[in-house]
Amino acid sequence: MRSLLQFLARNSFLFLFLALEVVSMILIVNYNNFQRVKFLNSSNRISASIYKTTDDFTAYFKLRKENEELANENARLRTKLQKLQVAEIFGSLDTTRKDTTYQFIPARVINNSVNKQYNYLTINKGALDGIEPDMGIIGPRGVVGVVTNVTDHYSSGPSLLNKRWRVSAKIKKNAYFGSLSWDGSDYQYAQLNEIPFHVELAKGDTIITSGYSSIFPEGILLGVIDDFNHNSGANFYQIKVKLSSNFKTISNVELVKNKHIKEQEKLEILNNND
Amino acid sequence: MISDLLKYTSMLVVLVLLQVLLLNNIQFSGYVNPYMYVLFILLLPFETPRYLLLLLGFLIGLLVDIFSNTPGMHASAATFMAFVRPYTISLISSRDSIEVSIPPRLKTMGFGWFLRYTIILVLAHHLFLFFIEIFSMSGFLHTLTRSLLSTVFTVILIVISQFLIFKE
Repeated sequence: MRSLLQFLARNSFLFLFLALEVVSMILIVNYNNFQRVKFLNSSNRISASIYKTTDDFTAYFKLRKENEELANENARLRTKLQKLQVAEIFGSLDTTRKDTTYQFIPARVINNSVNKQYNYLTINKGALDGIEPDMGIIGPRGVVGVVTNVTDHYSSGPSLLNKRWRVSAKIKKNAYFGSLSWDGSDYQYAQLNEIPFHVELAKGDTIITSGYSSIFPEGILLGVIDDFNHNSGANFYQIKVKLSSNFKTISNVELVKNKHIKEQEKLEILNNND
Repeated sequence: MISDLLKYTSMLVVLVLLQVLLLNNIQFSGYVNPYMYVLFILLLPFETPRYLLLLLGFLIGLLVDIFSNTPGMHASAATFMAFVRPYTISLISSRDSIEVSIPPRLKTMGFGWFLRYTIILVLAHHLFLFFIEIFSMSGFLHTLTRSLLSTVFTVILIVISQFLIFKE
């Protein structure tokens, strides 16, 4: 112990230097986005290669169990298929609104704008009709906005054409998700962010809601990819999305009520407490 | 002693303000950024305890960081520079030429000595800073060029400042 202290005292200059550098590095990695992404990427690469090597070894020993599980799953699916075929023959399948998590309330847009940076719309249904904040607004051709303020007979909130609001969106064909936001310029186009480079894209790919946000159910239409490119130095694609809804003519909408929203939020708060 | 404290504190304030208000806005063709605030570390007296040197380097770097929104980057580079300073001094000076009572100034130490001293330490700082900024070895030559060009510019500024302002 004493010799350790002596050692520390003799090299105090070096250790103070190292300590200050460690503090700096912590600051850098915590507060500078660019370095954080780089740091995480490289540490992920290391851990990923370790995991892969281990997995290559252990996969062989799991093969038998895996086969059994697959066989079981096959059997299960076959029984299900059988039942479905029977049901189809008798035509007793109810395909409308099977998902009862969401309830839809029809309404009309009575005020709307497209030419500001922060556009809001007003709807002719309010608290007395069962409207609550955080309900999504869907038009005949996809997502329109979300309710934030409710009075007895009316409700209002930002439309998709609002720079403060973004929607969790995904690409329909491969389910990669990002967030759709509006840059305040053209009411027909929005931007899809956070799609990494390795994802294969094509013009015309459909963008739908991801269903992660508890406001919209999964699979509501948002738009199609109009153009995309990736700038060198950026980590994500820049994707221009042609919105499917025409915000200049919007009038009939449906409000989406998520019956389980409280439950979902309660559950997610538990995660934040960690 | 008190007057020294006052002198170096005001020097610290002036250099940080000069850096963040004026010099941070100078960017020739995206290559050259002068970082003149390091002059503070250069001018600290020879008898400054080495731990204090590190802490002061960290402090001025952190101050510049706070104003330029880059927490940690300048702090680490300036700390590195303060760490290298004692070794640089013993490298470029003969043993008996250093009198601890006189501060390291262009006038007291001579032009040649001061220029070598400045170039080595500024280069150390700039290399460290620019590589921390890019955070990888890719584009090594590009980063090296940036460091060298900025070093030239910073050294020129420092030498001129020695002739103009810090005459005492």
